[in-house]
Amino acid sequence: MNLFQSIMEQLLNGLRTGSIYALIALGYSMVYGIAKMINFAHGDVIMVGAYALFMGMTALSLPLPVAIIFTIVVCAVLGIAIEKVAYKPLRNASSLAVLITAIGMSFLLQSLALIIFSATPIPFKSIISMKGIKIAGVDIPGITIITLVVTTAIMVALTLFINKTKAGSAMRAVSEDRGAAALMGINVNRTISMTFAIGSALAAVAGILYICQYQSITPTLGALPGIKAFVAAVLGGIGSIPGAMVGGILLGIVESMSKAYISTELADAIVFGVLVVILLVKPSGLLGKLKAEKV
Amino acid sequence: MAMLSVKDLQVYYGMIQAIKGLSFEVNEGEVVALIGANGAGKTTILHTVTGLIPSKEGKIEFQGKDITKAPGHKIVTYGMAHVPEGRRVFANLSVYENLKLGAYTRNDKKEIEDTLKMIYQRFPRLEERKNQMAGTLSGGEQQMLAMGRALMSQPKIILMDEPSMGLSPIFVEEIFKIIQDVAASGTTVLLVEQNAKKALSIANRAYVLETGKIVLEGDANVLMNDESVKKAYLGE
Repeated sequence: MNLFQSIMEQLLNGLRTGSIYALIALGYSMVYGIAKMINFAHGDVIMVGAYALFMGMTALSLPLPVAIIFTIVVCAVLGIAIEKVAYKPLRNASSLAVLITAIGMSFLLQSLALIIFSATPIPFKSIISMKGIKIAGVDIPGITIITLVVTTAIMVALTLFINKTKAGSAMRAVSEDRGAAALMGINVNRTISMTFAIGSALAAVAGILYICQYQSITPTLGALPGIKAFVAAVLGGIGSIPGAMVGGILLGIVESMSKAYISTELADAIVFGVLVVILLVKPSGLLGKLKAEKV
Repeated sequence: MAMLSVKDLQVYYGMIQAIKGLSFEVNEGEVVALIGANGAGKTTILHTVTGLIPSKEGKIEFQGKDITKAPGHKIVTYGMAHVPEGRRVFANLSVYENLKLGAYTRNDKKEIEDTLKMIYQRFPRLEERKNQMAGTLSGGEQQMLAMGRALMSQPKIILMDEPSMGLSPIFVEEIFKIIQDVAASGTTVLLVEQNAKKALSIANRAYVLETGKIVLEGDANVLMNDESVKKAYLGE
């Protein structure tokens, strides 16, 4: 195998992992944009999605497409419930109280999974059976193709939804100025619920793709992709939708390249190092908005 | 019967009482001004009427309907629009998107287009800049956008909070002319202003506020010639 093929394969690996990070990062960023908080339980929604898919396929013996829809619905409802129970009562509380609650919610979800499913990893056979293809000597596995197609489609759909629909512009209005949005007749609470639902549905899809890659389900499985995606969201500029996409993909590629050509142990350190450097140069993140106000 | 009636309103910010039991009315077709110094409670009153701040005591009625406890996002559906202090346009949305959000609760696509055309006629500058982000407009243009956005809901009454604040004298003239036009076209106006002279010059009636209470009320022409008003608010 020549160097070109090796680099291309690592690049594709990075794109695959990165686009999963991007899906998760979108949830962090959308929620931050609209509720001005970091939902640290977001990573654990991925884990719930993984168990939901597993239960859907085994205990409920649903056909695959139905099990996938079931997983997305479970996560969307969970996202709405988390917001209603934990964050909505703190709408006017200090951001520190919200932060601690979010961390608490994360522990709660992990503990519940631990009680219900125990810490023993559940082996999971990938639901993606597509054969890989070979282009110019570069192997592209089926899971990479599916992941890239699914994430690209979702990102295009989400971008269109946010920029072209009435509900999307209502979301942007609420994230800019809740009071003024209410004056337009926008139901702010419902818009926030909808944002949590969309973010969690994206996490569900990310979770499905993630366990197809790692093929094992544990109560803490959401922690690592969750924190990586959070880094990706900050890297791209938290609150920015394209920023989350760019941040996620960049992070995936940096991680995969570091693992392949520098050192597996140092890969995470390099990823966080990139974050530090970018924030030093541009504190609002790559595509973060500078808050300029005209008076 | 009054179109908008506020009775014995009391509003608190935490422990501090901002509005200390005041009543006023706006009749259909009128331009009513609330004038008073900074901190008198003018903005608080408008925010309470449109449901952005809860009241502690009192009753707010609009066209005979009790709206005291109505949530903010319902108010516009009753036919009341609010142009908030400081414009509060959506800076990262285009002028066009801002205007469309003004008609958020309306569903009649064709009629919304007609209203939009009317707004563009009234504010040609907004049409010229319809694809520009609202945050890049000048203060005066943002004020026009905030007004246009409110008018997109086809309100029966429009509440305007300090429309002249921070604008150049030319824009102040223009904005007050537009308010007169809006009133002449049949929309009732409740105007909050620090620029008491301008406000009284276009209002039918006015209320003078001091630290959360109404101290004086009456015909705008009469108030304009009132010695105490002249001294305190008109700088004469």
